Amino acid sequence: MTRFATGDPVAVRRGNPPGHLRTPFYIRGKHGVVERICGEFRNPEELAYGRNGEPKQVLYRVRFGQKDIWPDYAGPAGDTIDIELYEHWLEPTP
Amino acid sequence: MPHDDAHGHHHDHDHDHPHVHGGADHHPHRPDADDTLTYCRQLEIAVRELLVEKGHLTRDEIRGAVERMDARGPHLGAAVVAKAWTDPAFKARLLADGSAACQEAGITFDQSTRLIVVENTPEAHNLVVCTLCSCYPRMVLGLPPDWYKSRAYRSRAVREPRSVLREFGTELPDSVAVRVHDSTADMRYLVLPMRPASTEGWSEAQLAALVSRDSMIGVTTVKAP
Repeated sequence: MTRFATGDPVAVRRGNPPGHLRTPFYIRGKHGVVERICGEFRNPEELAYGRNGEPKQVLYRVRFGQKDIWPDYAGPAGDTIDIELYEHWLEPTP
Repeated sequence: MPHDDAHGHHHDHDHDHPHVHGGADHHPHRPDADDTLTYCRQLEIAVRELLVEKGHLTRDEIRGAVERMDARGPHLGAAVVAKAWTDPAFKARLLADGSAACQEAGITFDQSTRLIVVENTPEAHNLVVCTLCSCYPRMVLGLPPDWYKSRAYRSRAVREPRSVLREFGTELPDSVAVRVHDSTADMRYLVLPMRPASTEGWSEAQLAALVSRDSMIGVTTVKAP
């Protein structure tokens, strides 16, 4: 079972731990909606240090509205960014 | 290393000025581009030589792998796009599972990464970027262009995609949503551009010749000839 389903609203954790991270800074703390579940992959934030990346992490594609990321975004309201995020970076929206 | 960007000495200037080879006015030599043994280059040579000496790889296997990498290019993606334009069942399979459909079309995947194909429509235009590094669908497009790896493209494609598109000559009305795909993990992305209107009855090969690399990254569209 995955923690989130397609269509679920999610928030990206605001964490800023040291080391190799796959969640870009610009998306931390932002709210989006799960676009699809990509499957389970070995955790690259562990693989980067020669560890085995287990347990595997569920990878999601999450869609964000541009205006929710950049308040001064110049384009129309329908513009989006889809980004791949691992489950340990996501939490339910408060 | 065998896979580098050194091309040696080029005579790339016009030879319309008079000069005497071997004479006192001989033009200055351009420095060779392959004379810097940087740390990483040295490390690569050392590891390669060790792998060969210990019998893990042969020189011909290394050469062959480089040749296969260099042989991949946008012609592969263009063939997939043209097939999707002419075969609705293939297009449905391609959008459902890009990796499986491309392998069915004869493209080899030697990475664990998977391909997601995103379709341009009259309502939405897709643009691909990797803000963290330079992830690129090499299995269908080969090596990425230098601008794709630049900090400017990587930061601006997510922050002001419409300005970036405009600089590539792509003007989109506000009625078309711009969907940016940030390739941060194990997925790779190929844009399926819209087929130009005036190409009814064209063969797959004719259509494939219209499909540019940039249209499959999403910075431009495919134009009718």
